[in-house]
Parts: sequence; C-alpha cells; structure tokens
Amino acid sequence: MSKVVKSLKEAIRNAGLKDGMTVSFHHHLRNGDYVLNMVMDEIADLGIKDLTVNASSIFDVHAPILNHIENNVVTQILCNYMASGVGRAISTGIMEKPVQFRTHGGRPSDIALGRTPIDVAFIAVPAADNMGNASGKFGPSACGSLGYAVADAMFAKKVIVITDNLMPYPLPDWAISETYVDYVVTVDAIGDPKGIVSGTTKITRDPVGLVMASYAAQVIKHSGLLKDGFSFQTGAGGASLAAASFLKEIMLKEKIRGSFGLGGITGYMVEMLEAGCFEKLMDVQCFDLKAVESIRSNPNHIEINALQYASPAFKSAVVDSLDVVILGATEIDTDFNVNVHTDSNGYIMGGSGGHSDAAAGSKLCMIIAPMFRARLPIVRDRVHCVSTPGQDIDVLVTQGGIAVNPKNAELTERLKAAGLPILDIRALKEKTEAITGTPDPLRKGDRAVAQIVSRYGEPLDTIYNVVD
Amino acid sequence: MRRSLLFLPGNTPNILINGNCLGADAVIFDLEDAVAPDQKDAARILVRNTMKYLNFRGCEVIVRINSLDTAYWQADLDTIVPQKPNWIMLPKTAQASDVQTVDAYLTALEEKLGMETGTVRMMPLIETALGIENAFCIASASKRVGALFLGAEDLTADLRCKRTKGSHEIEYARGRMVVAARAAGVDVYDTPFTDVNDPEGMAEDAAYAKAMGFTGKAAISPRHVETINAVFSPTAEEVNYAYEVLEAIAQAKAQGRGAISLRGKMIDAPIVTRAQQTIAMAEELGMGKGGQA
Repeated sequence: MSKVVKSLKEAIRNAGLKDGMTVSFHHHLRNGDYVLNMVMDEIADLGIKDLTVNASSIFDVHAPILNHIENNVVTQILCNYMASGVGRAISTGIMEKPVQFRTHGGRPSDIALGRTPIDVAFIAVPAADNMGNASGKFGPSACGSLGYAVADAMFAKKVIVITDNLMPYPLPDWAISETYVDYVVTVDAIGDPKGIVSGTTKITRDPVGLVMASYAAQVIKHSGLLKDGFSFQTGAGGASLAAASFLKEIMLKEKIRGSFGLGGITGYMVEMLEAGCFEKLMDVQCFDLKAVESIRSNPNHIEINALQYASPAFKSAVVDSLDVVILGATEIDTDFNVNVHTDSNGYIMGGSGGHSDAAAGSKLCMIIAPMFRARLPIVRDRVHCVSTPGQDIDVLVTQGGIAVNPKNAELTERLKAAGLPILDIRALKEKTEAITGTPDPLRKGDRAVAQIVSRYGEPLDTIYNVVD
Repeated sequence: MRRSLLFLPGNTPNILINGNCLGADAVIFDLEDAVAPDQKDAARILVRNTMKYLNFRGCEVIVRINSLDTAYWQADLDTIVPQKPNWIMLPKTAQASDVQTVDAYLTALEEKLGMETGTVRMMPLIETALGIENAFCIASASKRVGALFLGAEDLTADLRCKRTKGSHEIEYARGRMVVAARAAGVDVYDTPFTDVNDPEGMAEDAAYAKAMGFTGKAAISPRHVETINAVFSPTAEEVNYAYEVLEAIAQAKAQGRGAISLRGKMIDAPIVTRAQQTIAMAEELGMGKGGQA
C-alpha cells in the first residue's frame, strides 16, 4: 500500500475539498514556504471558492493570498501571527470577515475542541515516507521541529502531507504519524532553505539593547527563581538573546543547572544546553540551523508539539511549568496590557504566537522593550489592542528603568534591594514622554479587520481598519 | 565619582538621546574628531538641545570642544556653556596658556550669562609629547582644572610610534600623567581601549590603568562601560579590609596604643588614607559592609 498520489490537484480532489470549507497550514517553513501559495493556486485553478484558511502564521512570502482574497477563493483567515506586508493590506479592510487571531496554544485547543474544525490539512514536511510518517529533521528543507502541524494532522478530516524528500518506509523519528495521514504528495521543493531557517541568530550589539538585556538578566538573578531546576523561554530577537547570554554567564558562574529551555529554539539556547545550563530543550519550532542540527542529533533536545507546548485545553502544558519567559511588545499600557499585533500606527504586523501562552503559564513574565521606537513611546495609557492581558505580565524592562506590575509587591522589593532602577510604570511613561512628547491618539476606523481570541477561546479585543 | 567616561559622537541623535541610560558615570559629547567639518554646526546644536531637554541626573556631562587651532572652539563654548555642562574637555592641550585662554573665555561667558565663575570645570585632554612634558603645569594652570585626560591615539602619532595593544609605548606618558595630576591634586583619566571585540583585553587594560593610579577610564563603546565600572569599583574584599582597618584604628585609639597591626602588617597613615578612600567610594556606590550593593 502507498498513500502517494500523482499530484497536488489529485490529492485535493480526493480529499473532497469544496466551496465553504476550511483548509489549514503550518508555518515551520516561515518566510521560505512555497506550499501555502502552491496549494492555494491549485485550489483556485479548480474553481473552489469561499474558503477559510487556518494557518498557524502568515508570512510575507504568502502575499499572493491577497489575490485569492480579491477573487473570493479565500474569505476568512485564522492565524496566530501575520507579518507586516500582508497585515498592512488586511488593516485597510479588504476582507468582509475579520481575521481571527489566536495563540500558539489556543489554536490547537480550538482545533481539538471542534471550535475551528479543519476539513483538509495541507502539511508541508521536509521528509516523509510513502505512508505519511513525516519529520522536519531531514532533507534539503529541514526545519527541525514540526510542533505546530501536529494538531492539524490529528484533528483535520483529511490530511495531505506534501514533501520534497520521500524517504524509504519506515521513516525514523517521525513527528507526524501515518495513522493521521490520508495522502502523500511529492513536489520539487517545499521551500527556500534560506527563508526557512536563518544561518545564525545574532546577539544585539546595539548599546540600548545590551543595557536592557543586562537589566533583564539581573531581574532573573534576583527574582528568587534562578536556582537548580530553573526553566526559561526567550525569543530570537537580538536583545532577548543578549539577555540569555548574560543569564548563561550568571548560571555558569553560580553553577546553576536548569531543568529545561522552552519554545522556539535558537542556536543560543542550544549553546546553553551544551554548556550545562539546562538538562533538556523542549522545542516546538527551530529558528536557525544550529537548532535544527541539535534536534536531529542531541537526545536531550526534544521535539514537542503545540498541544504539549501551550494548549490550555488539555490537562497540562509545558508552559505551566515555566519559571521565566522574556517577551517583546510594540506597546504596553499602564495596566501592563501588551500589544504585539499592530504597530504604533495601528497596522497589523505580528500576533501573539506563544506570547499570551507563555505569559499566562510562567511564574515571571518579563517584557523587554525600548522606551521609544522611531520617536514613539512604548508605554501608553491604553494599548491600541490587547494581545496579552496585563494580569499575566510581571515586569517591563527598558533602558530607562524597570517597571514591576504592582501585583508583585515582593518582587518589587527584591529588585529594589538588588539596586536595580525600579520605577512606577506611569513614571516611566512620563520620563519617556518628556523626551518624545505625547502622541495624538490613533483614530480607529469603524470596520473590524481582526478579532483577537484569547488562548481560552474567548474574544479579547478587536482591531479596526486604519484611517489615514 | 567618575569611573567610566563614555564618548558619544555629537552628531548621532539616537545615541545622544540614550546617553544617560548606558551606565557610564559621565558622557563625553564629542564635537571634535567624531564630527566632520561640514557637520560642526549641526552637532553643536544637537548637543545643546540634548542637554537642554534631557535629564542627565546621575551622569555628568563633558563636552569635548574643538581645539584652539581651529575656528570652532569659541562657537562651541558660546553654544554649550549656557546649558551648564559639568566639564569642558579641551583637546590637544599642550601648555598652561592653552588652559588660561579657555579659562578667560569661560569666565567672560559665565559673567555674561550670570553664572558663578568657575561653574564649568576643565578637563584638559593631553595628547601630544609637549602636553605630556607640561602635564603638571597644565593641571595647575587654573582652578577650573579638575582632571587630566590622556589621549593615546594622537600621542603615539606625535611620538612617531605604533599604537599597540600592549601599550608599552605609552608607559611613560601614563606614569607622567598620573604623577603630574596627583601632584596638582586633580583626577586623571586613561585613554580608551579601542578594540570593541576584545573584552578580555579591555579588562586587562583597565586593570592596568587602575593599578597605575588612574581615577577612571574612557570608553568609545558602551560595551566597555560595565567592565570599566567594575574594575574601578572597590571589591567586596577591599571594602571589608577598609572597614577592618578603621575598626582597628578606633580600637587602638580607645586603648591608647600608637602602633597597631592588622593581619600581621603594620597599619600606617597611607593605609588608613586608602581605607577611607575605599569606604567613601563604596558608600557612594551604595555598597555596605561586605561589599554588597
């Protein structure tokens, strides 16, 4: 038996895709992904319309989706992140139905609970066998973990695996089991390796970034959480990596052995694993080549899926055992609500990803952000939209000082005692506005372009069209 | 307390605006070498506005003006002095009369602006062979002079030798500067370490400068500031020892004893002076007994 079919078109036909259905994609191939565009073009060719696209993330490589929106092939988008190129177009109000933004944990929850059923999942994989066992670890388009694709495979009515690297059965070390897969399609290339993973992720050299990173590491050091068994998540941004670098020095100097590093994994987290800072890495997504190589070869670098990473629908998720997470923000308000969906002008340029999940699960959630970007202050009276509620944010670190959420009186005292520059978030806002001035409030349009859905599946906020 | 002095180019708004967040005890807004001749006006105005609108509390402001052999230095002072910089750094200071020229100009400006005479202090930048030989005279030329600053890059060009990481070529200049400054009763600052990708070399160079008697050291990169601050801060052990010295002295006094020893060594006046200096610095840094901040 073999599940391999001749072409993508045949697989789409066999899967029974019809007008009004939902198709899904993952984003492990990031800005190098060929598959979403390839599939949507075939679907358009078949004359199928009015589809909902449930993609874990939309990158700018997916800009051709805008044509499919214009031609009514795509009438709704569900995603956890949308890059600025596509986001800008969506922000002008080109879709009748608002985009639904979920989180990396909320998306698989809602799929599993049947709130967002998938008719056909199209799963790009760097390696598969003829029965559909699939992995991200091998082949020219290797991306490492396939964590965000697993819920789609488990719960979609039909599952089509698409690969450019068909390997002999049985494929070793699969992330997606044949038990879920209906059809396998081979194509010339599923993506451009240059866009799939970066060669290296680099620590910032920006002096302001380094000041913030140093403060962040000191906050962790004095939080009371940095001891044997410590667990940690950070992003791939330059300042976050620099914070991890400072943290690594502290952990090695004080001989602290953490239990696990979590999240999207960079080469820097791999270095921390190899240096003995952690026992394990729990990896839902690899950001660079070093992480891909490590997940392939190091048994302590463990692939996890998005359900296990962050889904609140199950009995526990790894984020629930997380001590500290470092996250970013485009804006944060005086109630510590964070916006990571829009830029300061209100245009969509991101999304929660795992932001809300890690914030909710961790014991200490720290936001690193400069006091201002391009003359616009980061701390506002009210964020343009709430991506992560302020109740889940503990600390804001800027180059001009550190603001602690007033709910954490003990942490405030600890950090003050350590000599760190602690100030009230309102004072930080005033300090910043003394330099930048106070920006005029943004005018919101009257048309909802996106709904932000909390990780628990409830409406959290609405993004309106931008009025120039 | 000035351990680290961070150079910031006077024509880079995004860096100037964050100057007070970079951890340095003092920032040096540079109107001289970092600024091209056709940018002098713009940099002068930018530095003036930075000082006017930003709060540099806890971080001293030094402005490096252009040297006396240029057409810019008077305009630099006219623009900057109304903003009350803590210090003016005069590059290529070679003799006492250079200091006196600027001193007279500053005095006239201060009078015109209704400022107390001597509000703005001077930190001569010594970076020529003649300047090194005249270091004591320069340090003593005016009450405004509160510190000397060694600039090794121009100096080595003047000495016609290569600037090396080992810094043997500036050994004499460093020694001469420290002695001259201390003899005149002023502070003295060491030249920056210019390789931003050699943190170990940076730490060694700073430690050497501290061992020679420099008060602090300049940095051309914010990445060097933390190391300089650490090197020029007393260690927990030094603070503890200083407290032990003062306690031993107090006990000896109470017991009417003249000569005292601690850890098997005689405590004499210089040791007491050093202990007092260490404790004063530790207190300024918020370090208590045990050396903890």
